Amino acid sequence: MAEILEELKRGKWPSFVKELEKTGDERIWKYYEKCLVDKKPYFGHGGIVGVTGYEAGVIGRVAIEDAAKILPEFHLFRILPPAGLFYKTDVIRKICDWIDKWGCKLLQFHGATYDMQAFGIPREKLDKAFEELAKIGFDLGGSGPDIRTAACCVGPALCEWALIDTLDIYTTLMKEYIFDVHRPRFPYKFKIKISGCPNDCVSAGTRSDFAIIGIWRDEIKIDENALKQYPSETLEMVAKRCPAGAITYKNGKFEIDNEQCTRCMYCINVLNKALRPGDDRGATILIGARARGRYGAFLAWVLVPFIKLKPPYKEIKELIDKILDWWDEHGNPKERVGETIYRLGFGKFLKDIGLEPKPQMVYRPRANPFWKYF
Amino acid sequence: MSMELRDIGPPDYKKFMHPVLLKNYGKWKSHEHVKPGVIKHISETGDVVYTVRAGIPKFISTESVRFLCDLADKYCDGYLRFTTRHNVEFIVTKEENVDKLIKELEDAGYPVGGTGHSLKAIIHCVGYLHCNLAATDSPSIAKALYEALYDYFKRTDLPERIKIAVSGCLNMCGATNASDISIIGVHTKPPRVIDEVVHAQCSPMELVKLCPTYAIKPKRIKKNGKVITSVEIDPEKCMYCGNCYAACPGLPIHDPENDGVSIWVGGKASMTKQGIMESRLLVPFIPNHPPKWEKVVDIVKRIIDIYLKYAKPDERLGEMIERIGWEKFFELIDVPFTYQHIDDFIFAYKEYRKGISFRFTKHVK
Repeated sequence: MAEILEELKRGKWPSFVKELEKTGDERIWKYYEKCLVDKKPYFGHGGIVGVTGYEAGVIGRVAIEDAAKILPEFHLFRILPPAGLFYKTDVIRKICDWIDKWGCKLLQFHGATYDMQAFGIPREKLDKAFEELAKIGFDLGGSGPDIRTAACCVGPALCEWALIDTLDIYTTLMKEYIFDVHRPRFPYKFKIKISGCPNDCVSAGTRSDFAIIGIWRDEIKIDENALKQYPSETLEMVAKRCPAGAITYKNGKFEIDNEQCTRCMYCINVLNKALRPGDDRGATILIGARARGRYGAFLAWVLVPFIKLKPPYKEIKELIDKILDWWDEHGNPKERVGETIYRLGFGKFLKDIGLEPKPQMVYRPRANPFWKYF
Repeated sequence: MSMELRDIGPPDYKKFMHPVLLKNYGKWKSHEHVKPGVIKHISETGDVVYTVRAGIPKFISTESVRFLCDLADKYCDGYLRFTTRHNVEFIVTKEENVDKLIKELEDAGYPVGGTGHSLKAIIHCVGYLHCNLAATDSPSIAKALYEALYDYFKRTDLPERIKIAVSGCLNMCGATNASDISIIGVHTKPPRVIDEVVHAQCSPMELVKLCPTYAIKPKRIKKNGKVITSVEIDPEKCMYCGNCYAACPGLPIHDPENDGVSIWVGGKASMTKQGIMESRLLVPFIPNHPPKWEKVVDIVKRIIDIYLKYAKPDERLGEMIERIGWEKFFELIDVPFTYQHIDDFIFAYKEYRKGISFRFTKHVK
């Protein structure tokens, strides 16, 4: 290996170049080395590769110029993971055997898309490799302008704050929309992310078109005995830093004004042994986040302030269907749903999909005097 | 070709979950950060499990995966999970196994840490290794940062967590629009137009629609006696986003001399306290300099030093900067404030300071 790669092998943190070396496939690191030296990537615009019957799930990469001699093609399988990314070792070993047989002995746990990713299956082997993968019990994830692989946090499996069953919602929605995950037909990608509480561990509010975030409506539960275990400085700090100014701590008495509470989770995070979210639980739906686009980055905003979520999650499915239909009709190519709404107006969108305007949807009402009557 | 194994959907998560987790599903009561990398989960039923978190490379060979599986078989009854920040997590039910597992992980070179108020694992995209759009190579930047910040991964005494993300281009696959410190690959020159390729492979009208700044115009030219349709790019209007190159191979934007990275600070994806905060520009451009990335590492270290010095307990970097003021932060960090720092795009107006409540710094002479 050249010096530039040797440098990346050194150090305390486990090196990804060492992992490339362990695959024994010289082409991969030779290609990577060329890119690093020339300071540019050598993949062209892919070309269409895929599994028969699907139009998504395989990311095709075909090298151009001189690099084509080193690594002509380097495709990637996006594999739909189980909810919560829980695995048993026997199934992971099966996946390892599978990619050893068909691809480059290189995996990614996990990609930014929530999928498990497997590298280097050549074009002519894609179909057969997929068939064996399906026998292990796995399917492909999304790519292109389709419904993408959803993401969810660990939820009730490991976390006391999970206010909705994120794992079940993920599995139900993915099973419901699996046809659209594999067959792109929308203006652009549509991402669903499900967080169990406002801590938002999967970044639903910054990275998903349709964010489902667990929330409670009633009072924060206080365990007075556990509260006494905390030093008074901590309680004072929490009271002082509550962004809604809803906490008072006077003469050893800790009180929460639940009417004023904005459910930011700050006090619950710090005093996790004493405070618990309330019991009237459901979800807030936010819409429209994306990283880079026509108008720059968007954060998600409130679409439905509160919705009760119980299997089979009929209301959520109906809402997603309405949004998809509307976006399918009005969206321009390569326009995410948030941008379509921004271009045509949030008011029009709400009216079209039959939702009432609510003050929770905005920080404050409009300050400009130009409006329309729908 | 049999089609019956199509569209089977995700596997059943219940099959892959430890029986103790299934038994206590939805019954967890609280958790404790026992030590770096170890979280103790306590259930209402009295059961206790430990999560042991270790850093792994994002690209991992099957040989290493099998080693992690061996550990899971030995100490965790064959169950493990991965996180979206490229960590592996072992679910340990017996307390005595925690230290044994940590020792084996550390011996094999996998650092245990990244829980509580620590440096979290660095999210990065695939960079040059598997992308056609990357303006910079994020895996090597992440590796360079890890070497410089290794100790912070194992500390839990920071004011709050520090999340670092690296993206190779403005598509921000590495979660960079709301991270404490974000490194994003940028282009600084407009794409070149290869008329023949645009004519053969792209739709000029689609490109016109895609451009955020209306810098693209269709054109019709004569080449070798044939009339072909292509596009023209206005270099005054182009903001080098790469939207058009993503859609059309005839507009290559890669430029080894003029591609590089930008550094952004103060983002936060969680909705706690004041809510989500977006990352803001700190350094507009540093040329690519793999594999050590000294300049990037230097600035990131300076950011963290200032954060550790000025932050109050439970305060994220962005919250700290909002409290002391961005003008003050620029004075402390001592990087030049340039024309690029002032937004001039669609939502620019909301960023201008209306009113006179600011702090005087050395910028005002």
